[in-house]
Amino acid sequence: MFLIRYGEIGLKGKNRSYFEKKLVSNIKEMLKPYEGVTVERNTGRIIVHNEKDDEKIGEALSRVFGISGVCPVTICDKKIEEIEKAAFQIFEKLLKDGPKTFKVEASRADKTFPMSSREINVHLGDFLLNAFSDLKVDVHHPDILLHVEIREEAYLYSAEIKGMGGLPLGTSGKGVLLLSGGIDSPVAGYMAMRRGLHVYPVYFHSPPFTSEKAKQKVIDLVKTLGKYNPVFQLRVVYFTDVQKKIIEHCPENMTTIIMRRMMMRIAEKFAEELEGKALVTGENLGQVASQTIDALGVTNASVHLPVLRPLIAFDKVDIIQIAKKIETFETSILPYEDCCTIFVPKKPKTRPKLLDAVKAEEGIDWDSLINEAIEKTEVIDIVTRA
Amino acid sequence: MNIYLDNSATTKPFDAVVDEMMKYYKEMYGNPSSMHKIGAKADALLKEARRMLEKSLHAEQNTVIFTSGGTEANNIAIRGLVYGKMRRGNKIITSRIEHPSVLNTFQSLEEEGFQVKYLSVDGEGKINLEELKDALDEDTIFVSIMHVNNEVGTIAPLRDIDAIIRSKNSEICFHSDGVQAYMKTELDLKKWGIDAYSMSGHKIGGPKGIGALYIKKGSNIKPTVFGGNQEMGLRSGTENVPGIAGFYKAVEIYEKNKENFTLHMAEIKRYMMAQVKEEIKDIKINGPETEDGAPHILNISFLGVRGEVLLHALEEDGIYVSTGSACSSRKSTGSHVLKAMGCQKEEIEGAIRFSFSPFNTTEEIDDTVASLKKQTEILRKFKRR
Repeated sequence: MFLIRYGEIGLKGKNRSYFEKKLVSNIKEMLKPYEGVTVERNTGRIIVHNEKDDEKIGEALSRVFGISGVCPVTICDKKIEEIEKAAFQIFEKLLKDGPKTFKVEASRADKTFPMSSREINVHLGDFLLNAFSDLKVDVHHPDILLHVEIREEAYLYSAEIKGMGGLPLGTSGKGVLLLSGGIDSPVAGYMAMRRGLHVYPVYFHSPPFTSEKAKQKVIDLVKTLGKYNPVFQLRVVYFTDVQKKIIEHCPENMTTIIMRRMMMRIAEKFAEELEGKALVTGENLGQVASQTIDALGVTNASVHLPVLRPLIAFDKVDIIQIAKKIETFETSILPYEDCCTIFVPKKPKTRPKLLDAVKAEEGIDWDSLINEAIEKTEVIDIVTRA
Repeated sequence: MNIYLDNSATTKPFDAVVDEMMKYYKEMYGNPSSMHKIGAKADALLKEARRMLEKSLHAEQNTVIFTSGGTEANNIAIRGLVYGKMRRGNKIITSRIEHPSVLNTFQSLEEEGFQVKYLSVDGEGKINLEELKDALDEDTIFVSIMHVNNEVGTIAPLRDIDAIIRSKNSEICFHSDGVQAYMKTELDLKKWGIDAYSMSGHKIGGPKGIGALYIKKGSNIKPTVFGGNQEMGLRSGTENVPGIAGFYKAVEIYEKNKENFTLHMAEIKRYMMAQVKEEIKDIKINGPETEDGAPHILNISFLGVRGEVLLHALEEDGIYVSTGSACSSRKSTGSHVLKAMGCQKEEIEGAIRFSFSPFNTTEEIDDTVASLKKQTEILRKFKRR
């Protein structure tokens, strides 16, 4: 059994129950592969009941956004003898590898319980000292801090697995992620998800300029992000004709920025269809020519939805560090070309003006090209059960 | 439509090969080392297959061992023979256009302290025999030169090379990687003095995961894989019996049809070369255009097009080929073979390897050339600037 601790949700006032419900359903989704699991929510607590797979379930829970900590918990009748028995079992395991110091910290939500918190501390402390010769009290820096909570039943727990923090997935609505296959965009997706955004990734595929392997790489990246969200819907846009038209029609030094604008427009169309409220990109101020502040402005002007750029102020080394932590890095650095790298102009404009971009786009029926690209989009459901 | 022109990467196994293998998976699954009759049956096959390969090489009995493939054969031969001779000298020689399983083994030996000479090649991929003569000295113990180059099809004159080596010093060991050559070019180990020769099953309609190595009788070769001393102690580990059965079958089929197969592939190659030259502008044939080239490998650079992109464009038309070796803008390496041949950057970037089987038809080549013509015209418009 696990007691779920969640940090920020507690701060959300009247919305709290909405956040908690979402968290419960996300936990259920994450634990789907395991049998005999029930998730219970009452009086500001989420408890996960399970019969087996303790270790795997604890680890899976630590990957659910919105959870700050996961405590393996023992629940028993709120009788002092039962509590003693439960405490004995917990310490028996913990003392296997040598002497330890400890402290008991009781709290009594149910005031009908005959002992006060202080009395429980003293009583259980004495009991444990008598039971185990390897045990010493240390109230300041104990090795083991035993929490005892008296509610409708008694809850005992001592360890905590650190959680992801953030907000439950979906509590910030939906957003469309522009996923390239590079290092940055999966990290941006992860960070937006961590703040509760339900992310729908979009990949721009330009065969024959980009290969099946590049597409498979993006699928693999989405599977890797599946650690945090078992069910994704990936959209693979057929981008070849749009890209060809850009290369044919627009001045060379503007091709990248116009390509970005077209991608944004396509992503926004998907967002509208999904009732999404934002676009998410891995853009990072000044990293490449299309990410100067001027270029970002010109890209932004192509859409109405807010464009979230979680990595905007990060240094590359910091992005790489997160990419390694979430295990997307190894896949991201595979050397397949994506549609952003195949037609890199020799001298891209680093300070493009919106007017120039609009002028460069004139004379082409982009809407019908975009609609065609959307019609030819392949939607892939990616279910990851880690 | 499916047109498979990547037969140097691997071939589709013959149906008879797959059937033969099934027998050894389902019925005669014994371990050749077992004492009972199920094992004995596997052992009998092993002997028969070994003899078949030896005959195909015109080699003596008990000179062929089975390996897990060409790469392992090259590793066992190079390292084993070099270690066997290391007391006599320290210099080993190979060429710049070898397969990675040879080049990387040499590199590893170089790290161990051996002195390595990498012979250069000319614009057709032929090694300079004068340079070889000059490189051979008292300290030289080992030479490895591939028989047919896997990217451009150049055939090395093994007989001449062997003569040059012997005239300098008969103690020097000579190995050749014959993975792309075996069953597709002339070979007579009774007349040619080669010490070791590597082969692979899946390049001739056999299964993957099986190869073989010829080692001349009396060679001093040190084992580099240790275990139960199978395969004359050089390749320990239970033999891949179904793989050997499949390889055996493929060799049998090739032996029966060798002349027809080779002539047919050569004809296909000639036909395609002529068609491409006639239909498509700005191309360059890499490697020999004459008999000095293997019958099944044709390497062409399409200038102004990136090989990788052309490969995927052909794929859209159901045609499967290969670029020289993997190359991309992020990790711009390009083919080491074309580089050694002195090709320009644009030629390396636009190179495609077409490799044939005895079953490709001129109709398939017509379709391929039509697709090439169409796709290069489109792609040249979208040239990377």
